[in-house]
Amino acid sequence: MTRLISYEKKDTWIHRLSGFTKLVFFLVWCITSALTFDTRVLVVMLGIGVFIFLSSATKWKQVDSVFRVILFFMVLNLLFIFLFSPYEGTKIYGTRTELAALPFGIRLTAEQLFYEFNVMLKYFTVVPGVFIFLVTTDPSEFAASLNGVGIPYSVSYAVAITLRYIPDVQDDYRRIRNAQEARGLDMSVKAKLMTRIRRVASIIFPLLFSTMEKIEVVSNAMELRGFGKRKKRSWYAKKPLTRTDKGVIAFVLLFMAAAMIVTWADGSRFYNPFQ
Amino acid sequence: MNKKFGIKEVVAVGIGTALFVVLTTIQIPIGIPNTYLQPRMAVMAFLAAVFGPVVGAIIGFVGHALGDAIFYGGVWWSWVIPEAIAGCVIGLLARKYRIREGGFNTRAIVLFNLMQIVGNALAWILVAPALDILIYAEPQDKVFIQGAYAFLGNIIIIGILGTILLVAYSKVAVNSKDLKKED
Repeated sequence: MTRLISYEKKDTWIHRLSGFTKLVFFLVWCITSALTFDTRVLVVMLGIGVFIFLSSATKWKQVDSVFRVILFFMVLNLLFIFLFSPYEGTKIYGTRTELAALPFGIRLTAEQLFYEFNVMLKYFTVVPGVFIFLVTTDPSEFAASLNGVGIPYSVSYAVAITLRYIPDVQDDYRRIRNAQEARGLDMSVKAKLMTRIRRVASIIFPLLFSTMEKIEVVSNAMELRGFGKRKKRSWYAKKPLTRTDKGVIAFVLLFMAAAMIVTWADGSRFYNPFQ
Repeated sequence: MNKKFGIKEVVAVGIGTALFVVLTTIQIPIGIPNTYLQPRMAVMAFLAAVFGPVVGAIIGFVGHALGDAIFYGGVWWSWVIPEAIAGCVIGLLARKYRIREGGFNTRAIVLFNLMQIVGNALAWILVAPALDILIYAEPQDKVFIQGAYAFLGNIIIIGILGTILLVAYSKVAVNSKDLKKED
């Protein structure tokens, strides 16, 4: 199974930030990146992202394998955009600067390259945020911070359970797969569709049913401890907001406002260097 | 839905999402490029059908976002939100399926599959391409073809695997109930 990105305890100013701050930062960052298509804003966002990534003392090894997967999908996506609509950039920027002739009468335009460069930037601005969030946020503190942004505590607690049980379910999955393989599960690559589905089903059946049992046991245990009796609950892992936290939140909100002003200054979400 | 979000639902969301995330990387290619059957969709449909629309929606939303983040290092919000919609629609008639009461008969199977087709159509043919265009300004043809493939893959895997899982569980659930009565 692919290596996962997971939390690693360290002591940098980013690790010391409250999970609430990181969540707010991450969400505002995603929204800003989703709204803008302005190259200048995106480049600045990527720069800030890389800076934060470096100052979180995350080792490249921790995210290396996942990063390669991202690159692969990015290239695939950009290729598909080009195949389906080689003149999308021309449509968006309103000009047509032909650079080279490709087979099948398609022309490579500077606008298309620039547009796809922007799409790539847009994807990349979110990546450092995801890495940092996953690597520097304590899972149990994360649940507390979800509750902090106004999500009901039952849902926050559900997320805490998720993070707690991912390794468990993964172990179950491996155990069941090994057992089925030992019993002679057909693992050949060239199997018919129904055979493939049956193969997956023979793993998912026991996995899902043991999950249903786990749900029963855990919810009984929680009921016995009186979960959900009160309207509010306190969190052991909750950190109070420090001055740095408030500074970071203020920064990201101001940044979003500034990014929106810069983006929409010319009345369009695209930055157009061609006119 | 007069049954509120109780303890069992909280735990179902929690462990169900964990299962959904773990199954993220298990995909069955079906020969059409870039289209895979995702067994995790069948698991989401199963849990939505058993526990209702809220559980389905949260598993879809959190599971997809977390799975994306952990395995692919990015979050594609334009596909996370439709997942929540699909989970919600499939779970809407959870009480009609009567799975834990052993009432998952032919009528319920047809109803379940109708709902999953409606939910998936709404999510992948309508909402996902719309968000792709809105957020990433991607070409129309591309996003609609992508959406159509996702729709196709999902209704196949939920229709086959999801239905089988529900039928089997419905039988088991009733059997264990009978045992309790005899106690």
